[in-house]
Amino acid sequence: MPVFNQSRSYIIRIIFVITFAVIIGQLFNLQIVSSKYQKLAQENAVLKKVIYPSRGVIYDNKNRPISNNTLMYDLMVTPSEIKGVDTASLCNLLEIDTAEFRSRMLNAVVKNGRYRPTAFEALLPPEKYARLEENLWRFGSGFFLQERPVRQYPYNAGAHLAGYIGEADSGIIARSNGFYQAGDYVGRSGLESYYERVLMGQRGIQYWIKDNKNRVVGRFQKGAFDSAAVAGRNLHTYINIELQQLAEKLMAHKMGAIVAIDPKTGGIVSMVSGPDYNPNSLTGSEKQKNYSKLVLDVAGPLLNRAIKGQYPAGSTYKPLEALIGLDEGVITPASGIDCRGAYYGCSRPVKCTEHWVGHAANLRLAIANSCNSFFSNAYRLIVDNPSYGNVKVGYEKWKDYMNGFGYGGRLGVDLPSEDKGNIPDTSVYNKVYKGSWNSCTNVTLGIGQDMMLATPLQIANAICIVANKGYYYVPHFVKSIDGETAEDTILNKFRKRHDVLGHIPDNYYQTVIDGMQDVVEVGTARIAKIPGIDMCAKTGTAENFRVIDHKRTQLKDNSLFVCFAPKEDPKIVIAVVVENAGFGATWAAPIGSLMVEKYLNDTLRTERLKEVDRIASSDLMPDWIGREQFKADSTRAFKWYHITNDSSYIKKYLHKSLQTPAKRDTTLPRQRIVLLQKNDAMEPKKFLPPKMKTTAA
Amino acid sequence: MSRTNTGISKGIDWSIIGIYLLLVTVGITAIFAVTYKDGDPIIASFFSFKTDYSKQLYFFFIAGVLAIFVLLTDSKFFAATANVWYAAGIFFLFLVFPFHSRVKGTESIIRLGGFNFQPAEFCKICVCLALARYLSRVDTDFSKTRSQFIAAAITLFPAALSLLQSETGLALVYFSFFLVMYREGLPAIILIVGFSIAVLVVATIVMDPNILAILLTVIAAAVIFSMRRQIKRSKGLLVTIIFLWFVCVGVQRFAVPFIFKHVMQPYQTERIFTLFGKENPYGAGSAIDAITISKKGKNDYNVKQSKIAIGSGGFHGKGLLKGTQTRYDFVPEQRTDFIFCTIGEGFGFVGTTALLAVYLLLLFKIVAVAERQRSVFSRCYAYGVAAVFFFHITINICMTVGLAPVIGIPLPFISYGGTALLTFTVLLFILIRLDADRQMVLR
Repeated sequence: MPVFNQSRSYIIRIIFVITFAVIIGQLFNLQIVSSKYQKLAQENAVLKKVIYPSRGVIYDNKNRPISNNTLMYDLMVTPSEIKGVDTASLCNLLEIDTAEFRSRMLNAVVKNGRYRPTAFEALLPPEKYARLEENLWRFGSGFFLQERPVRQYPYNAGAHLAGYIGEADSGIIARSNGFYQAGDYVGRSGLESYYERVLMGQRGIQYWIKDNKNRVVGRFQKGAFDSAAVAGRNLHTYINIELQQLAEKLMAHKMGAIVAIDPKTGGIVSMVSGPDYNPNSLTGSEKQKNYSKLVLDVAGPLLNRAIKGQYPAGSTYKPLEALIGLDEGVITPASGIDCRGAYYGCSRPVKCTEHWVGHAANLRLAIANSCNSFFSNAYRLIVDNPSYGNVKVGYEKWKDYMNGFGYGGRLGVDLPSEDKGNIPDTSVYNKVYKGSWNSCTNVTLGIGQDMMLATPLQIANAICIVANKGYYYVPHFVKSIDGETAEDTILNKFRKRHDVLGHIPDNYYQTVIDGMQDVVEVGTARIAKIPGIDMCAKTGTAENFRVIDHKRTQLKDNSLFVCFAPKEDPKIVIAVVVENAGFGATWAAPIGSLMVEKYLNDTLRTERLKEVDRIASSDLMPDWIGREQFKADSTRAFKWYHITNDSSYIKKYLHKSLQTPAKRDTTLPRQRIVLLQKNDAMEPKKFLPPKMKTTAA
Repeated sequence: MSRTNTGISKGIDWSIIGIYLLLVTVGITAIFAVTYKDGDPIIASFFSFKTDYSKQLYFFFIAGVLAIFVLLTDSKFFAATANVWYAAGIFFLFLVFPFHSRVKGTESIIRLGGFNFQPAEFCKICVCLALARYLSRVDTDFSKTRSQFIAAAITLFPAALSLLQSETGLALVYFSFFLVMYREGLPAIILIVGFSIAVLVVATIVMDPNILAILLTVIAAAVIFSMRRQIKRSKGLLVTIIFLWFVCVGVQRFAVPFIFKHVMQPYQTERIFTLFGKENPYGAGSAIDAITISKKGKNDYNVKQSKIAIGSGGFHGKGLLKGTQTRYDFVPEQRTDFIFCTIGEGFGFVGTTALLAVYLLLLFKIVAVAERQRSVFSRCYAYGVAAVFFFHITINICMTVGLAPVIGIPLPFISYGGTALLTFTVLLFILIRLDADRQMVLR
């Protein structure tokens, strides 16, 4: 073979050598010549501090913070660097004994190894912090204080919607692909979780120089190696915090939910689930204790019933059915029924609360008086519509309408884990009734019972569609994000108008809306009337069953109420569900009425404040809770007893006389609200870092 | 040396295999050093397939089996089927477009069951074979421009595909094959001009346009000044220099900005600037700026932490498992692209230099192997292997020490990653196979 160009093989080798020489030169520079890199890595000389970015603030519609940050400190320890520390005096400062010290140390080593810092005591109470800050230099480089921005909720309100943050667990860390590290805080529920990526920001690292006494003397290399923390971005919501506080006060000692939506935007103005908790109880050093209390409470204070509670919609569904019937042409505004207190069209009569003649002479009256006969009949007319020929086809048509109103599917609110409610498929009825069923089988669907289940949010959203005459926006909390760019697609879906039922003519909507106004003027919800406000509403009273001790027990009815106001230009839609409370007009309607008045007039008349107090102080918690709590607690106690063989766990459950259901534990951190003013007294103690003072002195 | 004259071991260069085994061992040790947590049972976790080092060990076993298969293959096979390989490689690259999955933002991975297959990696072997085959054809006269163009097309077509899959790093690898062409007679001027243009474009991106223009002018003036005698003799030279200066300034002032603004999509421009940790002056809107800043921040952070880790190793390093920077996740991606940090921190300047020496030995060994081939095919292939290794080693190490942009390509035999290890192994063992038959003339 000819070997021309062979000289080039030497050139190639020379290129290799030169390139490698350059790399070795740079390595020489990095590893031998410049000592700054070595120092950087030397824990003795340089203190590496992770800077946690401050989390974005959640604001209400008037820029009042629902959830913001305060600073607290963790005492961190690096086990490999604690040789020769005066353990006794440290224990003194921390008010622990040496055994506790040793066990915490062991924990730290197990958790993060010897060379990595671990939280020795998290979120120090302020007086401990002050003591430690002054004395910490005595304990060498093994101990240091790490700043921790901590969430606080200045209005003590909005626990369920804001959610809470907690340390990332191993699952989150694994799923995040290295994004989160042990010790990071992430939103675990509510807006904190849904908008985690927006609120979180980006961690930074600072390098500080320490002297031989382990005191911080300044920035290493003037901060050349630091990476700045990028603060999380703020959320601006539609929430009206005053209305939220009022709603929470009204829901005190009740089980259920309130949802208030601005129908024009889909913005959620207020959302309450009862029972709730003080959001500040899930921050700070008491967090773990309070959390376990909340988790073990069978009343489920952590459950957001506004999106996870599934209730029969009851009569609040009737306006929707009237619209479906009108649009399908099976009823007209003039349709009426001669109801004498029950509907006898099927073998089992459906009772009606009214029996005077003419209470359902036409559609408006039927809505105003909530006539069960009329709507049972209307439901049958819809699904038995001869133009479909078959009840199953007719039922599917009805179901399509219901899905259009947002029942039976997730709406997509900006909170995690929303529930779907239930509008069963024909297949479900086919299965239950082995294929043979007709409009009589599920006639109570016509009055919002049977298998129909809806979340309070869905109930409110459907009324938004009625108020808007055909369209809605996906209900959501967040109006805007600070520094929003086209990259932030998270809000796009909330800005899209859904014209789901726009094809129903406006005059049908008008008829139904008139009927709903009559509900307040002359019908079932006269109690909710507010002078000067044209309100449209509908009450609901739904049967309430629960399996207690393996028996399906009928409980007191659920009280429901929906409304919107003003009639001509709806500004707010409200849905109220109070479990186990009785008639819709007794509890839910007054609550809804107060909410509307507060929202539209921005204040309540003085005589209404008495009403607020009356409702707030009424305890409507179901009776079964005491019994269920006792069962849950005792079962758990016995489980512990079997594990530990320590009989003290079960002592108090053994004696017969003690087994009477105890009254609900009301020492739980509950909502304490001062209405219409910033409640300074209620604000959590501000832990101002005393550090500032000491450095100034 | 236990060299028998029968079977597959005949003619095999055991020293290369020795170097290979050494590097893989270093690699698994380094990955172990990164991912081992205090208290894990060492032996058990090495075979559990749960930890990264154990996975790499299994990948090594698979690679070993593949290597034996390669050694059992007749060396004529590779020359004969080179074009088929190439076609298959291109096919797989195309396959990525519909079936890609988004792993860490790159789009060039095919998922097969639990395994991720990266065709762009595999395609390196194909290109190497195809190029060798083309250059060794009897009727290829490489001094002709047409042949040079065809050779360039063979190399750059997969590069273009990789670029479309936003694998900038893998695309750049293919440029290393110009080294092969250079060896086979590509005029040096092409490489010099190409390199100069690359430098000019990079400088345009990195430097302030005005300063660069002044710099170019100063260089031109200096050249004119130093060549004033020659210029006196021929005015043509002066015209050429001024013309070149004019072209350079034109490129940096107008051509590059024009391409960034009007030819490329904004996100492509963005990506290029991100590689250099620069903000995009041609940015279309705030939306894209946000990504840039975060990506820039990330690359910036990686390199900073990587330099700290390597620098803190000092002269003799902190020892295996003693590094504070690499052990505690300060350097991201340190099992894969930034594995060199682990060696730098654990074994210091001594370790890094030794590793570089081993690599240099490997490269020299391959060049020596190349030069002793009788067949052009084997020689070209050998140079291809050398070029690919050289490019990977240089760029990878340079990016960990802050000399090159972070383009995310692995360190041969050491970085964690199944496809990469398999590719490099097969690449090398085909060479060993070809070399074993160096007396044969392959077409």
